[in-house]
Amino acid sequence: MKFLPYAIAAWLFVIGLYGLATSRHLVHLILCLTVVQSSTYLVLLAIGFRNMPAQAPIFTDVPPGSPAVDPIVHSLTLTDIVVGATVNALLLSLTLNIWRKHRSIDPEKLSAFPR
Amino acid sequence: MNAAARHVLIILFGLGLLGFLLWGMTGLSPFGQYPGPYGDVLNSVATAERHTLNVVTAINFDYRGFDTLGEEFILFASVAGALLLMRHEQTEQEEACEPHATREPIVGIIDPGASDLTRASAFVFIAAILVFGCYIVLTGHLGVGGGFQGGVILSSAWLLVFLAYGSKPFRQWSNQSALEWFEAAGAGGYALIGCFALFVGGNFLKNVLPLGQTGHLLSSGTIFPISCAVGVEVAAGFVLLYEEFFRALEREQPLRRP
Repeated sequence: MKFLPYAIAAWLFVIGLYGLATSRHLVHLILCLTVVQSSTYLVLLAIGFRNMPAQAPIFTDVPPGSPAVDPIVHSLTLTDIVVGATVNALLLSLTLNIWRKHRSIDPEKLSAFPR
Repeated sequence: MNAAARHVLIILFGLGLLGFLLWGMTGLSPFGQYPGPYGDVLNSVATAERHTLNVVTAINFDYRGFDTLGEEFILFASVAGALLLMRHEQTEQEEACEPHATREPIVGIIDPGASDLTRASAFVFIAAILVFGCYIVLTGHLGVGGGFQGGVILSSAWLLVFLAYGSKPFRQWSNQSALEWFEAAGAGGYALIGCFALFVGGNFLKNVLPLGQTGHLLSSGTIFPISCAVGVEVAAGFVLLYEEFFRALEREQPLRRP
């Protein structure tokens, strides 16, 4: 159990890469990218986690200084999620443009040098 | 390369990478036993130094404020890039249609055809989401919340407008040029608050405002205004993205006019 969250993060990373490499659809490819990205969230949060009685690093209901998990990884993950969502929007708009230009979003059928 | 060879190769390399990752991760400290010391230092000093109860917000908008400014501009740049791509495409299409300018413009209106009950209750939920989003943005330094989370919650109210009432009321609720100004003001406001510290003699993004009393709304110095600026920027950026995607949807389905 001691390394299970790290192992799950590694599994997410590799399965996402597998999806990226074998994807036949650009939207599917973007979703695979978010799977890879979510593995980084899991690694960050797992590194900073601490067993009970540690709590979230928010001292509204508990006195400041009581045991808490690492707040730095939380702030990294927080900004990462929101920025990742807008980057996905950028990628989806690129996909839309590719569909309009080529009428195909299969990476196999797209060429860098259209005939 | 054919598909079968590609699958075999990626499975081989993926398993190898998985092995390396697992091997490397055994060198980390076991799950649930964070060794410190940075998080512990911040947990013990942040409330006393910055008069904020949420240490994550304090790190985001103060200790790591410069870093978050960079991430804020990544968000701004990707929203701007997405809008640029979609609008470029739109003007190209309009130019291509120039010879047929006598035809009326192809603007489909998407109406989800929601029932009366959905339309009535959506109004209540939209109001509740707006209030909750403002609450999350404004109390980021007092408890769970902050500009990023609150901004996303606020923007989801506009999504509900689209889902319940369709694209026409959505367009009426979201003035594009006003949203662009809000987004720019949110991103620029963050940088200006940082520059304000320069004028009063501190370093960039130094917390120069009076810290106030811990637990009050107007406390924690510059963390509170920065959190509000980020909330405005995130909400406006997301609504702009929704609007542009809905416009693309309308162009793809011009025949669904009621």
